[in-house]
Amino acid sequence: MSPALDPRPAALRPKGEAWLGWASFLLMIGLWGGVALAVNSRFLPAPWAVIAHIGWLTNEAHLLPDFAVTLGRAALGFVIAMGLGTLIGIALGRSRWVDRLFLNWVVVGMNLPAIVIAILCFIWLGLNDKALILAVVLNKTPLVITNIRQGVLSFDPAFDEFARAYRLSRGQTFRLIHAPQLVPYLLTAARTGLSLVWKIVLVFEVLGSDSGVGFRVSLFFQFFDLKGILAYTLVFVAIVMVLEHVAIGPLERRLLKWRTDQT
Amino acid sequence: MAHGPDLSLSIARLTFGDTLLYKDFQLNVAGGEVVALIGPSGVGKTTLLRILAGVEMGFDGQALVDGHPAPLAPVPGLVFQDARLLPWLSCADNLRAVRPDVSDAVVAQALAATGLVDVQEKWPRQLSGGMQRRLGLARALLVNPRLMLLDEPFVSLDRVVVRELQALVTDLIVQSGATAVLVSHDPQDAARLAHRVVIIAGRPVQIVADLALDALPAQRSRTQIIAYEDRIETAMVESAS
Repeated sequence: MSPALDPRPAALRPKGEAWLGWASFLLMIGLWGGVALAVNSRFLPAPWAVIAHIGWLTNEAHLLPDFAVTLGRAALGFVIAMGLGTLIGIALGRSRWVDRLFLNWVVVGMNLPAIVIAILCFIWLGLNDKALILAVVLNKTPLVITNIRQGVLSFDPAFDEFARAYRLSRGQTFRLIHAPQLVPYLLTAARTGLSLVWKIVLVFEVLGSDSGVGFRVSLFFQFFDLKGILAYTLVFVAIVMVLEHVAIGPLERRLLKWRTDQT
Repeated sequence: MAHGPDLSLSIARLTFGDTLLYKDFQLNVAGGEVVALIGPSGVGKTTLLRILAGVEMGFDGQALVDGHPAPLAPVPGLVFQDARLLPWLSCADNLRAVRPDVSDAVVAQALAATGLVDVQEKWPRQLSGGMQRRLGLARALLVNPRLMLLDEPFVSLDRVVVRELQALVTDLIVQSGATAVLVSHDPQDAARLAHRVVIIAGRPVQIVADLALDALPAQRSRTQIIAYEDRIETAMVESAS
């Protein structure tokens, strides 16, 4: 199973099985190459042809600026949604009154079709970055709220009792008792959120933007440029994997070290 | 040596759901006294300890520690039944959680006082059950408590570890002169540690026996301990019948 698809936190996966994750990618590429050779069709270019095309798109076309724009939008939407969702999730989890009043809003937000939110934002604010990022935030935030609310509701009251008995301040209680219990939920929200934000940003770029990966892929589609679509997809996958292995995975291992450390 | 605070607990009424747990209940503990609260499981012993610790306030009545309401009194050294260590903090940081201002040397001293060495950087889950209880005790000691509240601190431990910890707790209480309330269902804990044994039972809970154990805990012989244990057990059986 690919490390990215393994449901266990990175810190809890057996280290000896890491090579299997990489082997699965090689298998995937090998299978793709085998099918491409067998069908010999312009509708399925071979992986080596796509990789060569990435080089050309990088040097001669717009690959880097397209990804820079999309990454910027995704990052901004992600940060705002995570921050907002965390604050609202804590409020819902801590106050039964707030929870009763606003939980239905979250349920509605979770179930509104992304495309509807995007179209409404584009109509209200125009075809610009503000509308696109707002649409991303509105789509992603309910998911973060749900995760964080669940985390707050699962706080162990025994630790709160400890905090009260030893007269810990509110700040100390949050830092020492609550934040560590929220970490797994934050990581889940971040991981699922990242994949969701990517996909939403691309769809919204197709719908109402004249820049970014989504816009470029829509142009490729109009010209039936399969090689271009697959090249952008491959770069996209590579970035996601780098983020997983360079940022989220190591951060998760560090934050959850107390669960796995054998020293 | 200055001894610990006087305790005065009076509960006019305390309910748990539809159950009337306490009604017109009164318990006084003199400064420096070690009182064992003994009673059957589920009778409400821990509830009394939570009231004295200032974390349980949903009752009619008052808990005074040297004349101050319990939540406003100085931090007690509370030892929980389940050690209640924060699993995401190292052993040293578990101690610093209650006293962030202390130096590494003071942390090491508190650990050494409870017989723990080279555990500062370990995670709580890497310690045995007995070591976790010691760490909980070290944490309680770090606040220099004048009031020690011990909730079944020896439950589910093997006999050898229990003996070691009982001796350790006795020494620590004698050295500090703290007032202590020990909750237990085991007469042996009381026979070894307490000056006085209060047996509670019934609904609403009543004090069914209040026994003074004459010899000082640190100076008790094995024969005295066995005799006290018998006395407590007899009182418990009589109260149950």
